[in-house]
Amino acid sequence: MTRNNKKADSSRVVSAFKAIIKHKLFIPIVFLVFLLLINIFIKPGFLRISLGSDSSGNPVLIGNLVNILNNATELVILAIGMTLVTASSRGQDISVGSTIAIVGGVIMRVLCGSETQPVELMAPIIIAFLLGCLAGMACGAFNGILVSKFNIQPMVATLILFTAGRSIGSMAMGGLKPKAVASFGYYGNFIPGFPIPTPILITVIVVAIAFYMLKKTNLGLYTRAVGINDKSSKLNGLNPARIKLLSYVIMGLCVGIAGFVQSSRVQTVNPYTIVPGIEMDAILAVALGGNSLGGGTLNIAGSIIGAYTIQSLTSMLTTLNVNTNALPVFKAVIIIILVAIQTPTVKSFFSKKNRFPKLTTGSGKEVV
Amino acid sequence: MIKRKESPTDTAFLLAITISMFIAFYVLSIIFLGDKGFNKIQMFFNLLNENAALIVIACGLSIVMITGSIDISVGGSTALICTSCIVCLNNYGFNFFTALILALGIGITFGAIQGYLIAYMEMQPFIVTLAGMFLGRGLVALIEVNQIQVNNKGFELLSGARIQIPFLGDINKKGVFIQSKLEYGVLVAIIIVFVMFWLLRKTSLGRSFYAVGGNSQSALMLGINVKKTRFNAHLLCGLLAGIGGFLYLFHTRSGSVQQATGLEMDAIAASIIGGTLLTGGVGNIFGTLFGVLTSGIVLLIVTAIGSQDPWWPQITRAAMLCFFIVLQSVICSRKKK
Repeated sequence: MTRNNKKADSSRVVSAFKAIIKHKLFIPIVFLVFLLLINIFIKPGFLRISLGSDSSGNPVLIGNLVNILNNATELVILAIGMTLVTASSRGQDISVGSTIAIVGGVIMRVLCGSETQPVELMAPIIIAFLLGCLAGMACGAFNGILVSKFNIQPMVATLILFTAGRSIGSMAMGGLKPKAVASFGYYGNFIPGFPIPTPILITVIVVAIAFYMLKKTNLGLYTRAVGINDKSSKLNGLNPARIKLLSYVIMGLCVGIAGFVQSSRVQTVNPYTIVPGIEMDAILAVALGGNSLGGGTLNIAGSIIGAYTIQSLTSMLTTLNVNTNALPVFKAVIIIILVAIQTPTVKSFFSKKNRFPKLTTGSGKEVV
Repeated sequence: MIKRKESPTDTAFLLAITISMFIAFYVLSIIFLGDKGFNKIQMFFNLLNENAALIVIACGLSIVMITGSIDISVGGSTALICTSCIVCLNNYGFNFFTALILALGIGITFGAIQGYLIAYMEMQPFIVTLAGMFLGRGLVALIEVNQIQVNNKGFELLSGARIQIPFLGDINKKGVFIQSKLEYGVLVAIIIVFVMFWLLRKTSLGRSFYAVGGNSQSALMLGINVKKTRFNAHLLCGLLAGIGGFLYLFHTRSGSVQQATGLEMDAIAASIIGGTLLTGGVGNIFGTLFGVLTSGIVLLIVTAIGSQDPWWPQITRAAMLCFFIVLQSVICSRKKK
């Protein structure tokens, strides 16, 4: 490309263009914009946001964009935790959906006791929220201990809770399906008199806290260091086990918050069907955000954009009247395309620097 | 000649634990739960009948896990095989053999595409097969949303056939001797276990699976074609998933979108219980067989104890998985010191 430097201006433009392309958020943002454009194309009133009123006459915002932002809440919160876990432990937590069932079960038990249609809440909502987060963090700590102390692959360690989680959630509720009173629903829908859906506000708060933590603490740096090479990070004075454990506990906290929002949406929880397949969506969000699933990269902004991308995709396919069960086909195709363009084989195919092909094994490790 | 004295390896140790655990569970269930039907010989054959498909699929997973990879698409491809075979059997005049070819074709296609992406494109196995799982289940929904049943005389006749075991059987309440029955699928599963055992032990292909899983760099330096080996492992797993999916159809005779949910996790759990290490390079097909049987008998026991709560089977299964995973980890870390 740079051989053609007849004019300095053009090369500057080219290098600026290259810098944009090389930016880590380029692919996620292009993909999101592309999806939104398709959405606008197939549904002309896509961008319209209007102020309507709900069944009890309170003002609420109505519009496709609001719906996407609202419905993506759980996914965004989970994607933040999943990015941390992926970066530090070089693997993914596949138990998040089941852990949400546990959190939902605990919250419902605390709020409803052993009644199916309680007239009032048995405990303050804040206590239910805190206990839910505690349950999530306990599950996270369980996974974290297996991963960090016993050196078990993250996917296998989290397979245990993936298998048991939904049953534990059902056990926590005592096999009942209680429905909490409507005031619990404020956190998953609208606070009366306030037009913006509460989940959007919760997302903003969680994202702000996440960025503040990354800015003010060394968490991001340490997580990446452990993910890239935990032996050398140990030699540099870090404690890889503790950092991995911490990332899993933070993941558990994210699950707790997401489970709270999710159970508040309809004020009832069915542990066996709550958020089906959300663990896969969260992993996909991390991959879409340009993070390596092999650990060592921490691009939380990318993951958040990835989560919104998935939600726009789901919304687009729903507009096109695709059966809910058939959605995975499209997700699968997108996963493959996105991961394929990130692989070294395809990258070296497009770059001209492959005159000396590296001797690699299948897992991408270079042979010394 | 001096014969070298061999000390038991980790694999043998893990295998011994699994087998003794299975026997212990079975004996205990006969002693304490004999009146619930555990003292009948048919119970053991039912255990095999129920788990024949899982045994075949778990064999495939053991092979990819030995190679250091993973395949979580088997549940999705099983659901796809069941639904597409039923649609073809009911509406397009397929018979048993064409349905079998279709099932194998779907399995091999999944295996080949995933193997190519993992081995030659160097994509992560987990994410590729995750996409395969999505694709399988999604295609089922595109073909048929509702649950469907086989409506084909010839297939139903073959599927209903049972092997009568001579001289083995139980005496029922009326004092009549009833011979034990075994499905033909179990025969296929047992043959496959032996073939895979031979393949992993005696052929160069099988040995290269272990070499690549143990250390892919040294395998490369030994002159093993690492990429081709990985591809072959996934192809083999796809073939076995095809056979397993067909056996699943053979046993259940129905298909739906939610069918075989979590089958991949059951198969992975069975392989782990049987002593296959997820880090690769260690594993035994007979361990996998006993892994399937152990988790099967534990589920039967938990159901038979008659707890009214529906959550105990899954929790027990997870607890058992946890025990074996931690055990593996402890054994491996002790070896390194």
